[in-house]
Amino acid sequence: MAESEQNILVMEGISKAFPGVQALDDVSLTLRKGEVLCLVGENGAGKSTLMKVLTGVDKPDRGKIIYDGREIHPKSPQHAQELGISTVYQEINLCVNLSVAENILLGREPRKMGRIDWSKMNTLASNTLRDLLGVDIDVTMPLGSYTVAIQQMVAIARALYIASAKILILDEPTSSLDVHETEQLFKVMRKLKNEGVGIIFITHFMGQVYEISDRITVLRNGKLVGTYETASISRVGLISKMIGRSLAELDEMSKIKLESGKHIKSEALLQARSLGLTGTMKPFDLDLHAGEVLGLAGLLGSGRTETASILFGVEQPDSGMMAVDGNPVHEYSPLSSIKRGVALCPEDRKAAGIVDDLSVRENIILALQASNGWFNYLGLAEQYQLAEKYIELLSIATPSADQPVKNLSGGNQQKVILARWLATNPKVLILDEPTRGIDVGTKAEIQKLVLSLAEEGKACVFISSELEEVLRTSHRIAVLREREKVAEFSGEVDEKTIIHAIAGGEA
Amino acid sequence: MKKSIKFSWRSVTESRLFFPLVALSLILLFDFIFIPGFFTIENRGGNLHGSLIDIFRNGSTVMLLAIGMTLVIATGGVDLSVGATMAIAASVAGILMNPSALRNEVFFVTDPTYTFQPLWLVISAALLVSILCGLWNGMLVAYMRIQPMVATLILMISGRGIAQLITNGLRVQITYKPYAFLGQGWIILPFSLYLVAFVFALTWLLTRKTALGMFIESVGTNFRSSFFSGINEKRIKLMVYTFCGFCAGIAGLVASSNIRTSDANNIGLTTELDAILAVVIGGTSMSGGRFSLLASMIGALVMQAITQSMYAVGVPAFALQAIKAIVVILVILLYSEQMRNFVRRLGMTSKGA
Repeated sequence: MAESEQNILVMEGISKAFPGVQALDDVSLTLRKGEVLCLVGENGAGKSTLMKVLTGVDKPDRGKIIYDGREIHPKSPQHAQELGISTVYQEINLCVNLSVAENILLGREPRKMGRIDWSKMNTLASNTLRDLLGVDIDVTMPLGSYTVAIQQMVAIARALYIASAKILILDEPTSSLDVHETEQLFKVMRKLKNEGVGIIFITHFMGQVYEISDRITVLRNGKLVGTYETASISRVGLISKMIGRSLAELDEMSKIKLESGKHIKSEALLQARSLGLTGTMKPFDLDLHAGEVLGLAGLLGSGRTETASILFGVEQPDSGMMAVDGNPVHEYSPLSSIKRGVALCPEDRKAAGIVDDLSVRENIILALQASNGWFNYLGLAEQYQLAEKYIELLSIATPSADQPVKNLSGGNQQKVILARWLATNPKVLILDEPTRGIDVGTKAEIQKLVLSLAEEGKACVFISSELEEVLRTSHRIAVLREREKVAEFSGEVDEKTIIHAIAGGEA
Repeated sequence: MKKSIKFSWRSVTESRLFFPLVALSLILLFDFIFIPGFFTIENRGGNLHGSLIDIFRNGSTVMLLAIGMTLVIATGGVDLSVGATMAIAASVAGILMNPSALRNEVFFVTDPTYTFQPLWLVISAALLVSILCGLWNGMLVAYMRIQPMVATLILMISGRGIAQLITNGLRVQITYKPYAFLGQGWIILPFSLYLVAFVFALTWLLTRKTALGMFIESVGTNFRSSFFSGINEKRIKLMVYTFCGFCAGIAGLVASSNIRTSDANNIGLTTELDAILAVVIGGTSMSGGRFSLLASMIGALVMQAITQSMYAVGVPAFALQAIKAIVVILVILLYSEQMRNFVRRLGMTSKGA
């Protein structure tokens, strides 16, 4: 009896199918008052779908939701919010052209004589941000003028502002936050927890799971694996429950890396000399060798993505020069880059990666077709052959090559984009956060893939905000700080050395 | 066995052609019940005539416009200037056949064999000018980054002025017989239908037998991803607006041939809206993405069938637009996601039971 009173939320036997995919199969979950429950699992395990069912985005095919002692049927996120269930989504769903204050209070603006009371609204918003999250910014500025991390904080502030929130769902809020910001978020979470709010926290960072959670619920392939007290399960045990296979292959990584390191060619495939763009990236020198993985390390906003953009010609440099295969580059554009064998897997999968209405097949052949030109059409047979090849090679989970890519889970979408670039057979492959928002199993797969691509003679650039991952995957590491290349390390380096370089000697 | 039946119902309702065809059938059903002789087709000296044939013949201008409009809308844009472009093409054609208006005199040519310039030149010049109109729109949208609605509004407003300038502000009579064949000729079926079929086939080949269709859909769905994938998104947009101008040019020739005048004020008036609606009824999203040319053609026929049926039951011309609006609203409602789901479930339960 006491147990059931403690439970603020019980989800029982939830099932949900999408065209071609059983996203959830008889999944149950309980959340107590004042606890942090971590929801973990690989991509496509059903975490996001389960939360969408809870917040009324998707209707479950079967199962019931008991909230605060009575059964509820959330019709929409707004309805769920009114009930006291607030969500911060993985992808930021805010209006970048509205001010920070408007974003936080949208739909709940304070009014004075029927009009919006702007000064009260701004005070309210900045107080909420400062008191709850410790973020002190000008709330009248448009949201788009702030970094992704700040935007994420605003999204959290918006979710928290609902005074009566009894359940807070955080769907991978930390994937774009740095250490300090994450710590801030955890402080907020602990505070809310003490106030009796039940928090469901979805993350791929194992360290964070152990730091913040009380209990852990594991999903795999749309099914419930189990719920565990955090103190009672080891990291290795948890990971093996998530991916359902042994961790031996994770340990293989260092061996593979050593092995592949032997194939590095001495002459540079891509050379950049004093390449830079005023206001975006200070001039830098960079050499990429065939057979090598170069890691780019640095904090958010240190210039990692900017470096990638310049190398791929998304942005036109205004100083320096670049040569690929010894040929100087005169034209900077994605198309010309593809033609000279440079590929970029961009950081923002949703905005710059997938074309969600198109099928998996079309998404895979898109870049290859673009470099061939519109008239020189690949035959359908050839398209299917390519698509099937990469679906198998990267084990992309999709019912067929004709499935719209929007029906795939995040990790599988990422693989489709990888396939798109591999299909162009690039010499230089730049991967900007290829493992962001991706589960442990797929992460390891992608890291191994990067190393094996290098072994085939490609030059890879590996960008990630997870330093551990950069260290594990790269033969050489370039460190960026405040839009400047500040150091380069090769051979065996330990994490501390890199952190010092990132911090700039202060820490 | 049961399962396969369910599956086929699903694939039928999910086909892009399903709902446009349902809409068209409903209108034809209305005609069948209320208009006697609507489905009668007469054979007049080897040529087929009748209300059904008229729907196709009168619908040919909107069908031509809808082909170009489909591609423009698929890129996430819209072209409001096609009506004005029709008028410009008609004026160019008119003045080249009968330049009397330039001397500021209305010269009624009665000789059906008289034309100032040869027909091939008349047609090429008119089409060239309409292609330039499309190119202009494309430049504004793709390279100047002006919102498509605003960019094409410029030509929509100024186009009729330009058309009047070309004809010196006068309505030009067209009596040249071979030109009249474009809109009024008959080879078993109305000649304009062959034009539609030709442009349709050309467009289908260009978009579906090359990568152009996929690029258009890609740009319309996510232009940033397309740019990162190396698609020259600006050039694609320039191409579709230019092509839309070309389609409008042909439509303008057909329309002016039909009324034997180049009337800058009235040719193609509000047809841009019919064309846009035809595309929407055909299921192409106004925000861009997947498109179906065939579905747009059915959409154009729906629009024309509504007009034709209203005239046939005696709705006066001035009330037509209002009635049309009501029918269009009904059609669009039929289309909503809720309705689709409802129909889908209906099929499953009735077949499954």
